[in-house]
Amino acid sequence: MKKTVFLGALTVAGLAAGAAAAGTLDDVKARGKLNCGVTTGLVGFAAPDANGVWEGFDVGVCRAVAAAVLGDATAVEFVPTTGKTRFTALASGEIDMLARNTTWTFSRDTDLKFDFVGVNYYDGQGFMVPKALGVTSAKDLNGATVCIQTGTTTELNLADFFRKNNMEYEPVPIETNAEGQQQYLAGACDTYTTDASGLASTRAAFENPTEHVILPEIISKEPLGPLVRHGDNEWGDIARWTLNALIAAEEMGITSANVAELGAAAGGSPEVNRILGTEGNLGEMIGLDAQWAMRAIAAGGNYGELFEKNIGEKTPIGLARGLNAQWTDGGILYTPPFR
Amino acid sequence: MSHEQIGFVRTEMLPESAPPLASTGIVKWLRENLFSSPANSLLTVVSVLVVYQIVTSAAPWFFNGVWDSPSLTACREILDGKTGGCFAVLSERWNQLLFGFKYPSELYWRPGLAFVLLFIAAAPLLFGKVFPRKMLIFTGLYPFIAFWLIWGGPVSTPVFALLGVLFGAFVYTKMVKTSAGIAVIVSFVAALVFWIVSGYLSGPFENIMALEAIPSRDMGGFMINLMLGVICVSLSVPLGILLALGRQSSMPIIKWICVVFIEFIRGVPLITLLFVANVVLAYFLPPGTNFDLILRVIIMITMFSSAYIAEVIRGGLAALPRGQYEAGDSLGLDYAQSMQLIILPQALKISIPGIVNVAVGLFKDTTLVSVISMFDIVGMIRGPILSSSEWNGVYWELFGFAVVLFFITCYGISQYSQWLERQLQTDHR
Repeated sequence: MKKTVFLGALTVAGLAAGAAAAGTLDDVKARGKLNCGVTTGLVGFAAPDANGVWEGFDVGVCRAVAAAVLGDATAVEFVPTTGKTRFTALASGEIDMLARNTTWTFSRDTDLKFDFVGVNYYDGQGFMVPKALGVTSAKDLNGATVCIQTGTTTELNLADFFRKNNMEYEPVPIETNAEGQQQYLAGACDTYTTDASGLASTRAAFENPTEHVILPEIISKEPLGPLVRHGDNEWGDIARWTLNALIAAEEMGITSANVAELGAAAGGSPEVNRILGTEGNLGEMIGLDAQWAMRAIAAGGNYGELFEKNIGEKTPIGLARGLNAQWTDGGILYTPPFR
Repeated sequence: MSHEQIGFVRTEMLPESAPPLASTGIVKWLRENLFSSPANSLLTVVSVLVVYQIVTSAAPWFFNGVWDSPSLTACREILDGKTGGCFAVLSERWNQLLFGFKYPSELYWRPGLAFVLLFIAAAPLLFGKVFPRKMLIFTGLYPFIAFWLIWGGPVSTPVFALLGVLFGAFVYTKMVKTSAGIAVIVSFVAALVFWIVSGYLSGPFENIMALEAIPSRDMGGFMINLMLGVICVSLSVPLGILLALGRQSSMPIIKWICVVFIEFIRGVPLITLLFVANVVLAYFLPPGTNFDLILRVIIMITMFSSAYIAEVIRGGLAALPRGQYEAGDSLGLDYAQSMQLIILPQALKISIPGIVNVAVGLFKDTTLVSVISMFDIVGMIRGPILSSSEWNGVYWELFGFAVVLFFITCYGISQYSQWLERQLQTDHR
């Protein structure tokens, strides 16, 4: 009898705790820290440095959200997740948002009950070949041996691409990126295929990166973006518009260097004023103060600055903007207006 | 006339001369061991060539190694095309490999001290004849000291935990005369009540001798492997003994609980249990509960290894002749006494190689926690270090370092167990 009462009390406590977890924004404010899920390590996107401070492109998004919500870009508890644990960590409430180069797909958005708040990197599957092979297009790869990670969507994309173009290939199955790197360098395959950003960072680690080229064809769509749980739209809005603010800031020319000056008083551009809170009440509409976007931009810079610093052409990874350029520069980054 | 001596008889002994060159010293050894037959000679030559190849190709890698450089690219510039390892990654990130990337560097002395004390605490257990028995008191205190050093926090937490254990032991000694079984249960409950009560009382002691508290999430590196290995092995040996005895019990409920537990755990891969610990438990617990991840993993690994150790010890129990059990009964010893005095000492001695085998395997299995995003040494290498833009692409040096650490530990354990077997040998072979 006593045991049943105890178990019953436990259940009620569990349910009550479940109901109390609805307001993520309040939870985060009460905690004073944003729990942000990141990868256990991906070059340029998220990795701790020699002092244990997390750095990277995805990390920048976490810091921007923390700065917008809590006013402190360092008030982030980075929770490392693997490809296998990331979704349960988010669904169980262990983390408030996940910024872990996760591809936005139909089933993840609907069946797994998450909301993707946008895209911070448009990736796609590409091919890398040694320059000595003399191949300039993926269409020339007929009969090639291809190093491919087993059990991934890249394997299916590869099969589709070769079938569509009436070409033959011989797969060399590999397990991890490290293994792929070794096999490719040892000449076990003519070409290595995975996401283009992964190819670039793999190539950056080679002894002679210039002897290898990444072919121009991209054979799949991999929009990577941060995501939050279903059911808390206010929190989703904050994450979505923080990301949008970073992208819009680049378009409007707001940088970490001039954000303080532009935000000090209303200037000539109404949209800049609205973003930086010197005009209108956008911050109030999402439950934050007027300077939220200003702090988010000051945290690590606008989208372009984050890109240049972590994965851009001046870094060892050396990714070109490509699709990830602003729509005004021929890319597909296009934020809805701040109005 | 002169008398010629015809008999060839020596008048004095010849001095001893050295044996022929071919049947002494190094030459003899070479002939006997390396060139005793054509086939053997051929193998020797081939082996020497192989060893020579390996040494000459590996030696420059070691001797040209770069120990001071900010990144892999800089390393390659220094080497300028020569073969050579980039050991600079070890000199820059050794602390992350040993302690994880979030443990505060000014506090490294704490786990370091705990590690040194571990040897002092283990010495009287491992070498009972050499060290005074009084050192066992320190061994008993060690878990609480180590907890305090590694996790930090107020000193009252481990002190109250220790007092709870002592209180339980006190109740046990008072009750054991009535019934050993009831004494165990009652003392366990007493300790539990003590801990719960002390949880409410510890408020005023919070700042007394408080070390800076380090959350479990901030621990990593080889420290995690050692912690998991030491804690889980030392917990799972007593648990394994209980399970093995329980499996042989004549009481059906206890017997079947033990059988089901052992067979279930042995039928499930460790990695599955770790996923349960990390992922599935999060669904069952109410959101916001923070049930320490290391604790969850310790529970799972302990369950796993205790099931294996139970089977090893059951083998030892089964190897004892029936007469030993009957001897205990005929002396009028009760179950607890005959187990403690006659059966277990013999059965455990037989089980030593098996237990050590499980312990070494378990220690290496602790690297599996890298799959559930804990940064043990392998997790540190595969995650943060290899994905930093400076060290992306350094494989041999890092994994070689992990190999060295694991080899030293496992070889040490194995040597100790062989020594222990020789010490405990009582038969005349």
